[in-house]
This record gives sequence, C-alpha cells and structure tokens, in this order.
Amino acid sequence: MDFLVMEMLVATGVGAMAGAGVYLVLRARTYSVILGLALLGYAANTFLFASGRLSVGLAPVISDDALAYPDPLPQALVLTAIVIGFAMIAFAVVLMLRAHADLGTDHVDGPGGAGR
Amino acid sequence: MTLLLIVLLPLVGALLPAWFIRWGRNQSALAAGVVTGTAFALLLSLSSSVFAGEVPRADWTWMSSIGLSLAFMADGLGYLFAFLILGIGLLVVLYARYYLSEKDPMGRFYAYLLLFMGAMLGVVLADNLIVLLVFWELTSLTSFLLIGYWKHLPEGRQGARMALVVTGGGGLAMLAGFILLGNIAGTYQLSEILQMGEVIQAHDLYAPMLVLVLIGAFTKSAQFPFHFWLPHAMAAPTPVSAYLHSATMVKAGVFLLARLFPALSGTELWFFLVTGAGAATLLFAAYVALTKHDLKGLLAYSTVSHLGMITVLFGIGTAAAAVVGIFHIMNHAAFKASLFMNAGIVDHETGTRDIRRLSGLWAAMPITGVLAIIAAAAMAGVPLFNGFLSKEMFFEQAWALEYQFVEGVPWLLPAIVTLAALFSVAYSIRLVWSVFFGPQAEDLPKPPHDPPFGMLLPVGILAALCIVVGIVPVLVAGPMLAVAATATIGIAPPEYSLTLWHGFNIPLLMTALAFVGGIVAYWKRWAIIGLHEGPLPFPEAKRIFDGTIDRLAAFSHGTTAALENGSLQRYLALLVGAAVVAMGWPFLTGSWSAGPGPGTPLDGMSLVVWAILVGAAVATAALHRRRILALVVVSVVGLMLALAFVHLSAPDLALTQLSVEVVTVVLLLLALHLLPKEGPSEDSIGRKARDVGLAVAAGCAVTAMAWVILTNPVDTISGFHLAESYPGGGGTNVVNVILVDFRGFDTFGEIIVLAIAGLGIYAMIDALGVPDRWKIGSPDDEVRYPLLLTVITRLLLPLALLVSMYLFLRGHNQPGGGFIAGLVTAVALILQYVASGIGWTTDRFVRDYHGAIALGVLAAGATGLGAWLFGYPFLTGWFDYFELPIIGEFELASAVLFDIGVYLTVVAGVLLMLVNMGKIRNASAAAPDAADGEG
Repeated sequence: MDFLVMEMLVATGVGAMAGAGVYLVLRARTYSVILGLALLGYAANTFLFASGRLSVGLAPVISDDALAYPDPLPQALVLTAIVIGFAMIAFAVVLMLRAHADLGTDHVDGPGGAGR
Repeated sequence: MTLLLIVLLPLVGALLPAWFIRWGRNQSALAAGVVTGTAFALLLSLSSSVFAGEVPRADWTWMSSIGLSLAFMADGLGYLFAFLILGIGLLVVLYARYYLSEKDPMGRFYAYLLLFMGAMLGVVLADNLIVLLVFWELTSLTSFLLIGYWKHLPEGRQGARMALVVTGGGGLAMLAGFILLGNIAGTYQLSEILQMGEVIQAHDLYAPMLVLVLIGAFTKSAQFPFHFWLPHAMAAPTPVSAYLHSATMVKAGVFLLARLFPALSGTELWFFLVTGAGAATLLFAAYVALTKHDLKGLLAYSTVSHLGMITVLFGIGTAAAAVVGIFHIMNHAAFKASLFMNAGIVDHETGTRDIRRLSGLWAAMPITGVLAIIAAAAMAGVPLFNGFLSKEMFFEQAWALEYQFVEGVPWLLPAIVTLAALFSVAYSIRLVWSVFFGPQAEDLPKPPHDPPFGMLLPVGILAALCIVVGIVPVLVAGPMLAVAATATIGIAPPEYSLTLWHGFNIPLLMTALAFVGGIVAYWKRWAIIGLHEGPLPFPEAKRIFDGTIDRLAAFSHGTTAALENGSLQRYLALLVGAAVVAMGWPFLTGSWSAGPGPGTPLDGMSLVVWAILVGAAVATAALHRRRILALVVVSVVGLMLALAFVHLSAPDLALTQLSVEVVTVVLLLLALHLLPKEGPSEDSIGRKARDVGLAVAAGCAVTAMAWVILTNPVDTISGFHLAESYPGGGGTNVVNVILVDFRGFDTFGEIIVLAIAGLGIYAMIDALGVPDRWKIGSPDDEVRYPLLLTVITRLLLPLALLVSMYLFLRGHNQPGGGFIAGLVTAVALILQYVASGIGWTTDRFVRDYHGAIALGVLAAGATGLGAWLFGYPFLTGWFDYFELPIIGEFELASAVLFDIGVYLTVVAGVLLMLVNMGKIRNASAAAPDAADGEG
C-alpha cells in the first residue's frame, strides 16, 4: 500500500490538530482550553469533510463539461458546522470572560483550582 | 369502558378529597367515599356478566409493534380482588374519618388512599404484563406515601423507605421476569399467556424467569426472607395498615401467584420455591407473632404468617389447593381488616397498643370486645367462623401432597402446618384475652370507652361477614369463589365442599391438636417470649437492612470521591482516555482496517501546506502560555485549512473558513484584552507528560480512524443531490442547494442556534448584571484611532459590501451564499468598529442587532411557512425562470428569500457577539494582570 498519498496528509493533519487540541483542553487555564476547542473544531470539520473522500481540482457545481463532482453533502454539513463552531467558541469565550470577572481567576476549576 | 373508568376514577378522583378539605373534614371524607362508591357501583354493574362466566374486557392498542396495549379484563379473579379493594376501601374511608385527628392533613390522606386504590385496581384488572407491572410499581410508590403519611415520625419515614426499597426492588426483578416471560410466550397479553402453560414450562428460560417473577411476588407479599419490611410498615396510621395489609398491597403478591397460576404452576421447581418459602414464612411468622407485645406488631406477623399459608396453597400446585388459596384470601381480608381496625380503636381510645399494659377493657369497651372476639376466632379457625373453613381445607391439602420436601418424611409439611396453627391459636387468644379480660388496667393514658359509631360500623360489617360466611358459606361466598377459582385455574374447578362438617378425619385431628396446643402455648407464653427475647439468637432484620444500606451508600460515596475530586481537568482526562480506548479497541481487535484506497497523488504544494498546518498545530500547543503568539499560530492552522479546502474541491468551505478565521481572531483578541497576556507556568512535569501521552494517543487514534475511512470505498447518497440540484432545486451550486433546499430544515435550526448563541452572549455580558471588574461602554474618548486604517477601511466598506452582495446573489449557482456573504459583511462592518470605534460605527450603522436576528429567523421561517399556502410541506422550495427585456432571462427562487434570512441572522449574530464584547472595559486599568495574581 502506498502511504505517500493525499489521504495520508489529511489523516495525519486531522490527527495533529486533534492531538494538539486534546493537549490544550487538558490545560488548567480557560484561554488554553478555548484554543484547544478551536483546534478540535478544525479537526472535527476536516474529518467530517474527509468522510466524503478526497478529490482534487473539481467543484460541486453542476456544469456540462464537468467529468465528476466531489461529494457535496459533507461539504454542506461542514459549512454550517464551521459557522456553528464559531458561535460555540464565541459563547465559550464570553463564558470564560464572565467566569474570570466573577471568580477572579481563569483557572478551569475556579478559585482554589490552582492548588489541585 | 366501564373497566377503564373503574381504574381511572380513583386515580383522577384523588384530587377531589384534597380539594374538598377546604370545606371541612366531612366533605373531604364524603368526596373520597363518593369516588370509591361510584367505582364500586360500576364494578357491581359488571356482576351479572362475570357471574355468568363472561370476561368483560377493554383494550386500547398503545404500541402494537412491541405488543403493548392498555388492556384490562375483569375475569373472576380480577373481579374478586377489585371487589375486596373497593369494598374494604369504602369501609376504610369511613373508619379513617373518625380515626384521623384534627391535626392530620385529611385531604392528603384520602388523596394518597385513592391513588393507591387506583393503582391496586390497575394491578388486578390488567390484561397485559407491562400494564400490570406499571400499576404494580405504582402501588409501591403510593404505599410509600401512605406508610410515611405521618412524616414527623422517624419510624414512619424509615418504614416507608424500607417498604419502598424492598417492594420496589422486587418489582424490578419482576420486570426482568416479565420480559423473559413475554419473550418466551411471544406476547405480553395475559389472557394469551395463561393458555400457554406447557410451552412456558418446557422453555429453557423457565427457571430464571420463575425466580425473578417470584422475587417480585415474595417481596410484595412479605414472604421469608423478604418479610421484614411489613412489621416496620406498621408505623403507618391504622386505617392504612388495615387496608394495605388485609386486602390490598400484600395481597398483590399472592394475587400474582394466582394470576399466573395456569402458566407457571405445577412444576417441581414451583413447588419447592413457592411452598418452601410459604411454609417457612407460615411457621416462623406465627411464632414471632406470639412474642410481639404491640397489637399491630402481632397482627403484622400474623398477616405475614397467613400470607405464607396462602403461598403454600398456591405452591402445592393442584387445582384443589388453589381453590382453597382463593377462599382464604377472601376470609383473611375480612377478619384481618376487622382486627386491624379493632387494634386502631383500642389504640385510639386508650392511648396505647402495648398488650402488657392493656387489660380488662371489656368493662369499658364491650362492643369493641365482642367484635374483636369474632374476628380473632375467625383468625384462629374456630368452627362457625369463616377462618375455620379455609383452615380445615388447608389441612386437607397439606396432607395430600404430590411432592415431598424430604424423601420419606411425608408428615413434614402437615407437622409444620399444625405447629403454625397452634401458634395462630395462641396469639389469637393473647390478642383477645390479654387485652379485654383480666383485671382492669389502671395506668392507661386515656380512660377507655367504646368509639363513635362510625368507627365501629366498618368493624361490625366485617365481623358479621366472618360469621355469615362461617355458617352459610355456600350461600354467601360460594358464587364468588366459584368464578374466581375458575378464572385462577383456567378450567372448571374440581369438586370441593364448603361445609362445616366433614366427619372425623385427619384435618379435624390437626385442628384439635392445634387448639389444645395453642391454649397450652398461650398459658406458657411467657416462657416462649423469654426464650425468644433471651437465649435464642434472632437476627434483627432492620439492623441488617440499615447496615446494608449504609454500606452501599458508603461504597457509592467512596467510589464517587475516588473518581471525582472536583477537578474538571481530571474528568476531561478520564473522558479522553476512555474515548481513546473506545476508538482504539476496534483496531486492536482487527474489526477496522485500512482499505485499498484511491490514492490521490501528492504534490509539493500540498506537502508544504501540510507541514505548516501540522507545525502550527503543535506550536499552538507548545506556545499556549504566550497567548497572543498562540492566537497568531492557531490562525495559521485555520488559514492552511482554508487553502486545503481550496485544493480539495471545496470552494464554499474555503470561503467560509477564511471569513470565520477573521472573526475568530478578532473575538480572541477582544478576549485577551480582558485576560492576562501570559499564562502561568504551573503544570508539573508529570502532568505535562500525562497530557502529552493522552494527546499523542488521541492524535494517533484519530489519524488511524481517518486513514481507515479515507482508504475504504464510500457509498454516498449524494448522487441524488447532484442529480436533482438543478432540475429540482434550481441551482447549480449543489452545496448551497443542499443548505437552502434539500436540508433547509437543518439550516433553519442552525441559524436559530446562532441566534441563541448571540443572545446568550449578550445576556452574559449585559443583561445578567455587569460584574464589578467590568464597565460597559465605549472608550472613544480615551483612544486615538490610527488615521490610515480608518481612511482605508472606510474606502473598503462599499467594496466589501459589494463583494458580499455578489457572493450572496451568485450563491445558488456558484460558490457563495447566505452564510458566506453574511460572514463577509460582518467582517467588513467589524473592520469599521476596529478602525473607528464603537461610538462612531454605531451612530452610522444598524444599532439593533437583536431585531435583525429576529428578522432573519422570521424571514427564513416565513419562507418555510409560505410553502403551506400552496399546499406543500414546510420549506418546500419553488423557483421559475422569467424573461425581461434588456436584462434577459433570470431566475426567481424561494430559496433566495430563505438565504436572506440566513444572511441576516449571520450578520446580526456575529456582530451582536463581537460588538458587545468590544464594549467591555476593565474597571481599573491595572486589573487584567493583577487580577490573576494567585495563578
């Protein structure tokens, strides 16, 4: 089996983003967790997109001279996922700010969390 | 219909007494009485058909696919039980009116009582196993309320809890048993199951099913070793005890034995389990009853003992024994309800239930005394009383056994039975003689006298029944017994004779032995009690139960504390670890493996993009404490992703990713304004190593999964979307057509999520009260905006809006659409905020983003609703082509309207989020870094 293909790049890219995201969401400060969420979001979106398999140089636009089309369904799903992902990040960011303002700390476990 | 009414009336009518109590206690009691009486009358209206051998039914299909229907039937057995439940219920309602004191909340009492009554009726009239089970559990719940009615008494609460745990737990075992039974029989319909006895008993799963069902029956009917909850339930008010422990709650268990008799009985296993448990209970409880000094305690153990006797009868498994079992259910209900009420009267009028303190009440309470003698005589089995008949028949059955417990000892069961009867005689004498005769007690808390008529009447009616049935059984109880027995056995019952005199035979001898021995045992009772309280080791069930519960609770606390120490980091690590294991498992077991793969060829540019993306992702993790830098690096990941989408044939995604990246960076920059710019260095090496390990494992697992998916062939449903996009949806950009047409409902939901997130952010910042550390407002007067940026963005704005209009309008046919255009517009407007300040921008553009969000969602929704006007389902798309001079042919599509809604929601949602965040200032200039000093 040939490993030097586009599929391998996508798989490892998704894995790298997911791994970095996991490391970040395990950190103790809310800001790092948000960065981790963003990376996990990228990974999830790319993964979902890849479930339609890869194609290069095509477009999901109907035309008479197109020979083939990429799978449009994962693209549609991922498009909304990107926008919703942004909304989620924004919500989490404001939650983080609010927690920081109310609790006086940005530790995920709140005041006293730094001791654990 | 009548059947359904009988069950529903008490359940719904439970509201009435609770409501009528505002007009007084009599009104409340009357309401309860009317409800019960009406249900009783409805039941009696079925009499003629039941006695003619018909089975009134009611059936409403509920979920036919799993054989569930709300089915009721009133065969003889159900009718008999419903008769007992409603008849004795009526007497209890009357009795409780006088028993409860002014302080007791009577409305609530009657409400609980009626709820319980309805639940019991559901159990005995159900024609479907699952329906039966639902009502069965309802009786556990409602009896919990009744037993714990005096919630100021700790014994009441504890007794209620114990009853709920034991009977509710038994109900769970029974649920498992019923599911097995339903699977074995292939139906949950009781009347069908009862026809399938042979099939069921030949099945491999018969034994486990039987054990589970019997656990349910035994816990409910307080059979050994589950008997211990019943005496503790005596903390309930006496009307409750009289009701629950004579005719209803505890009889549900033996009802189940009778109900399933044709289907389950007759095997050796059935005999050993049922008769064994019954015999142990019968003897043991009769002995304990004699040693109890509390009137109700004595009656409680006597109840347990009599239930054991009924269980023995059903366990014997012959039709003749089952007939006797049914007969004793009737008789026991009458004399035990009467005795409980009697004990309640004594308690009520003297202030104590302690047999050692009570003595010589006859002089003060002659009527109560007479009624007590009658009922106790029935309980002891004195001739001319109803208990004698069933007890005599019981002896006969115990003598004529088919199986034997111990080979070669055929007299074992008859001996146990006789011994138990002996104790039964002894405690019956104690109940009457020690209380009503002998020297008059001097130190009673209250001067005793006969109670009001309303309390005596129910006792009197039941006592009268004991005598009448005892003298002319065929006339009074004969027809009811005949139909109930027929329904229980499933065929016409064998010959039996309800007569007083059967001649000199072995049962008579057993009776004589029991009476002589019983009198001796009563005479020597203090020796027995001394033995019981002294040298004989006797496990205290309550202590064992409480200890078990405490240990279970301690175990749960320990487990919880070990897993949860309050650290979210730890939970997340456990979660990720579990996810990695779950993801890795299919690879290790070989159920997932890589396929041949299409092998899309690589090119140099892709490699470069990949290297930057992976490097930036890793760098983000490594640099996360230097927050601004980490933000820059993470946005590199996003940009590389956008490039990847371009290359991988997803222009729409690339556009979306690019514009979302911009707003995300603005968002996080705004957040960093309020947070420390530098994260503290606090993680230990061990913690870092653990997390790196988890991250690498997760990354590898995701990579492996993606690789497996990408190299295996795909079976997509997108062929439909590609084929129908233009002819059906009127657009050539399939992604956009999917969003606004094929899956428009999804998109509709998603913009609502966006709107809610925007409003939630607004609420957290402004509407829920501003934290002390913040102040909300425009900083325009403090800040000087860079002139160059201001000028350029103002020039760019119309251009950017034009681009977004273009993306929007072509979106149906070329990459673009409402989402992307909305994001581009939002970016253009945010640039104005960044470059010129909130004050300036707000003055010149939209102020009311809430309204715009609402407008967007409404526009999209209205487009969907519009389809209804033309008789199509929600969100059906419409389009057509028109010809105009000069412009030429153009398309009009309802999807455009929908996309406008999407566009508006996206623009307003994004701006609502960012603009509100931009308004937050730190209350003190030095706050952000100082505030986090402890970290």
